Amino acid sequence: MKYKSQKVAYWFFALSMLLFSLQIIYGFIMGFAHAGFDGLHSFIPFNTARAVHTNLLVVWLLSGFMGAAYYIIPEEAQRELVSVKLAYVQLISLAVVGVVAIVGYHFNIWEGRKFLEIPRGLDYLVVVNVLLFLGLILATLFKGKRKTTTALVLSMGLLFAALLYLPGMLPFDSQVKDSFFRWWVVHLWVEGVWELIMGGILSFLLIKLTGVDREVIEKWLYVIVGLTFLSGVLGTGHHYYYIGVNKIWLIVGGIFSALEPLAFLAMALFAVNMYRKGEKKHPNNLALYWTLGAAIVSFIGAGLLGFAHTLPQTNLYTHGTLVTAMHGHLAFWGAYAMIVLAIISYSLPNMTGRKLYESTRGRMAFWMSNIGMIGMTVAFGVAGVVQVYLERKLKMEFMEVQKEIEIHFVVLIICATLFLTGIALYIIDFIKHGKPTDEALVATVD
Amino acid sequence: MLSKKQARAFFLGGTVVTFLIFIGLTIYSFSKSQDQSNDENITEAVVRGKKLWEKNNCMGCHTILGEGAYYAPELTKVIERRGEGYIKAVLTTPVDWAPNGRKMVAYGFTGEEAVDLIAFFDWIGDIDLNGFDTVVSPLAKDDN
Repeated sequence: MKYKSQKVAYWFFALSMLLFSLQIIYGFIMGFAHAGFDGLHSFIPFNTARAVHTNLLVVWLLSGFMGAAYYIIPEEAQRELVSVKLAYVQLISLAVVGVVAIVGYHFNIWEGRKFLEIPRGLDYLVVVNVLLFLGLILATLFKGKRKTTTALVLSMGLLFAALLYLPGMLPFDSQVKDSFFRWWVVHLWVEGVWELIMGGILSFLLIKLTGVDREVIEKWLYVIVGLTFLSGVLGTGHHYYYIGVNKIWLIVGGIFSALEPLAFLAMALFAVNMYRKGEKKHPNNLALYWTLGAAIVSFIGAGLLGFAHTLPQTNLYTHGTLVTAMHGHLAFWGAYAMIVLAIISYSLPNMTGRKLYESTRGRMAFWMSNIGMIGMTVAFGVAGVVQVYLERKLKMEFMEVQKEIEIHFVVLIICATLFLTGIALYIIDFIKHGKPTDEALVATVD
Repeated sequence: MLSKKQARAFFLGGTVVTFLIFIGLTIYSFSKSQDQSNDENITEAVVRGKKLWEKNNCMGCHTILGEGAYYAPELTKVIERRGEGYIKAVLTTPVDWAPNGRKMVAYGFTGEEAVDLIAFFDWIGDIDLNGFDTVVSPLAKDDN
């Protein structure tokens, strides 16, 4: 750690860990309900668990991205954050908005639009919160001694993510239009600007961990984010095949979605190559695991599994089934959860001064969570394919099919337990690092 | 070999061009002659129904137009599949509806609210879904 203000990141990461744990608990509630055990139905019905599960995901990832930015931007711009106090105000307000929204979901207070369930009033607070965050980051960047590509790409990702929140707030009378513009937020976030954020964090980590020249890494960063937008923007079309808009999207979405895995493939190849090229052996092995893991698993989860059901001919049958949950889980885990866990693993020893670079616990956390998540993906996949066949081909009743696939949710729960154990170990490691301290200022291995 | 400057030009150029095409296609697909979203048949009841649909986060369990949470049935062709009477009974019942064991929250909608929701489903059912409607409706068996 080079600047005292980078310590703010620690608290964003701590909030991330807390919300992530809660997210997993709500995931279990849903898994059990699918397996036929819905004892909590009167207190936490499925739609509440579902909204909490996905919204907590978004908030903990955003909190992780924000923490990453508060850690990375001072170091890249070579100056302290413009205001640490306001950064804490931003942290607390983010936590408050998040918690109020989630409590509200338990009392039927929401806007039932998938992923964007936060009620309108709180939407405005989210906007204010994000503007404050962006103000702090951009002011630090522009007052800084240098403006690196890594910092610019990261900031651009965060800025666009904020701007793209707005189409989701437009009111429509038509369900079709509502859905259409909801994807401007959701799709263009996760298959567009969040990849800029991921790319920025990845490039920062690769520069630090491999010692490969910044110019080389940043050049490839441009190529990757270029590929991302080239395929991802028009790839939005794969959400438009069957929701009541023109057939043109079948062609446009089909072609550009097929190109989307290229961006993730490039990202995986890039990370692995930089690792091979690197002369520097950074002692923080765990951070390297998570960094390379993110690049590789995101290619499988987001790239390949995404491609598996974005061809219009396939999607005609898989649209609106558990196949989507299969892709969603590994994609979010690989691309975004793992990159946040990577930046935490890298920065935590630097902020706290405790060099827990290598431990059995840390490695177990990595392998158990990954194997658990891959198992969950397979369980969702099998359940999804069976659902498609029985329901859409054999035209069986929805609930009859659900009975048939209950067993896959038992498998899911077992794999999720493995996943949970991995994450618990990760969090124990997080806690063992202790609090951030100014004494860590000098002790940093760059 | 590609320079950093060229790489940046590729990123910025590609982004601007694809985004402009994206906006163009959006305008095209909602233009009067191309629109297939059944827009002209939206009545006040449909809009009220949509509000109820959102207010109670129905897509937190069900799917509609293939979007939602995969825990409860797809409702795109529900009128055709179940008929209005059955739907009204589900919506207005004071106890959890649980055919086959999976429970639905008892929302206890009023008669008018149920009518609005049915109008909403009815409107949804008439949207041209590029063939998806035949896949989700068991009654369309022969079309496959």
